[in-house]
Amino acid sequence: MYAFEIEKPTTLADALAALKEEDAQALAGGQTLIPSLKARLAMPSKLVSLAGIEEIKGICTADDGRLCIGGGTTHGAIAREAADRFPGLAGLAAKIGDPAVRNRGTIGGSLANNDPSACYPSAALACGATIVTDRREIAAGEFFLGLFETALEEGELITEVRFEVPEASNYQKFEQPASRFPLVGVFVARYADRGGVGVTGASEGGVFRWNEAEEALASNWSADALEGLSVPADGMIEDLHGTPEYRAHLVKVMTQRAVAAAG
Amino acid sequence: MAQVSMSVNGQPAEGEVEGRTLLVDFLRNSLELTGTHVGCDTSQCGACVVHVNGAAVKACTMFALEAEGAEVTTIEGIAAPDGTLSAVQQAFQEHHGLQCGFCTPGMVMSATALLKDNPRPTEAEIREYLQGNICRCTGYHNIVKAVMAASGQDVGAIAAE
Repeated sequence: MYAFEIEKPTTLADALAALKEEDAQALAGGQTLIPSLKARLAMPSKLVSLAGIEEIKGICTADDGRLCIGGGTTHGAIAREAADRFPGLAGLAAKIGDPAVRNRGTIGGSLANNDPSACYPSAALACGATIVTDRREIAAGEFFLGLFETALEEGELITEVRFEVPEASNYQKFEQPASRFPLVGVFVARYADRGGVGVTGASEGGVFRWNEAEEALASNWSADALEGLSVPADGMIEDLHGTPEYRAHLVKVMTQRAVAAAG
Repeated sequence: MAQVSMSVNGQPAEGEVEGRTLLVDFLRNSLELTGTHVGCDTSQCGACVVHVNGAAVKACTMFALEAEGAEVTTIEGIAAPDGTLSAVQQAFQEHHGLQCGFCTPGMVMSATALLKDNPRPTEAEIREYLQGNICRCTGYHNIVKAVMAASGQDVGAIAAE
C-alpha cells in the first residue's frame, strides 16, 4: 500500500468536510477498498473512515412504509434486522462473502462501488429503490452508470437507501465458487401492480433490469411465464468462468428459480 | 504516524501506527500477539479472524486506526487467565480439529463467534459459517465435529466424508 492518513469522524458533517481535501477518499467497510489499496490500485492521500458515524447506521420503517437502511449499515446487520420486514433483501445480505466480511462491509459502500458482480445493485434496481445522499435523492434507475461508475459526485456520500418493500421477493445467485461473487445473480420483487427483475454479474454494462421478464411477470407471477423468453448473449460478460451464451442462459434460470422461491 | 489505543483481551493497548498499518500487523508486530496469523493477506483464508466489539472480522482487512477505542479479542484472550481452555479450544483438541495448526486461531475465533449467536448450530450451519476460514490441510471434518462437540451436541451423526 502507498502511505496515507486515516481520519475517523463521528459526524456526517465532519466526514464531508474531510472529503473536500484533494485525493481524500471515503472508507466504508473496506472489504473491497483495502484489497484494492494492497494491490496499489488506488493512491489516496487520506482515507475518511465512515465506520464511526452512527447517524448513517441502522434500519427503520418510514411513515410511508418504506424500509430505510442507513448507508453505513453492515450486511450482517441487514441480514439480522431486515429478516422480518424484507426477507428477500435480508437473504441477499446473508449470502455476501462470509460472516467476517459481512461484519464490516456496508450497503452504502457496495452501492457506491458498483462492482458489476455486487449483489445489492440488483435489489436496488428491481425494487426501484431511492439512494439518498448528503445532498439529494437518486432513483436507482439513474444511479448505476456502468462498471464501477455511479451518479455520485466527488465527495458525495450515501446516507440512506429506501426500499418500497415488495409483497414477495427473492435473490438467487449462481456463485463463482472461489470468490463467491455471483457469476449471475437475480433479484425479483413482486408488487401489486408490477414485477421487478434486477440482474447482476452478467452484463458488460453492469447491473440491468430484464424488462421482458418484468412485463411477463406483471400479469402472471410464475416461473412458467418466463418459459418462452430468452436473453440475448450479446453484451454478456465473457471470461474463463463462462461464455456470454452461458451467462445469458443463467439469467433466465436464476430468474425462474427466484420467482419460484419468492412465491 | 498516529497514536492508536484500544483494549486488547481486556488490557489497554496503544502504539504508534501508520494510516496503512493493518490491525493484524499492529497485533502481531507492536503487541507481539502472534497467535493471530496472516495466511493469504487477501481476506480469503480467515487465519487472521479476531473479534472487534464482539464481531468476528478479518484483521488483515481492517486498519489499526479503525479499531481506535474498540474492544479487541484475539486467540490469546480465549482461554481463561489460568490457562484453562475454552469449550471450543478443548473440543478442537479432543476431536483432532487441527493438523498443522496454522488456520486454527481463525477457526477458533470464528467458531466462538458462531456459538455466541447460535449456541446449537446444525452441521450445515457450522459449515456455512466457516466458509471464510480455509484449512489447507483440508481437516474440515474434524473441525466441524469439534464445533458440534463444543456446543454440547452429539458428533456421531456427522457423516464421514
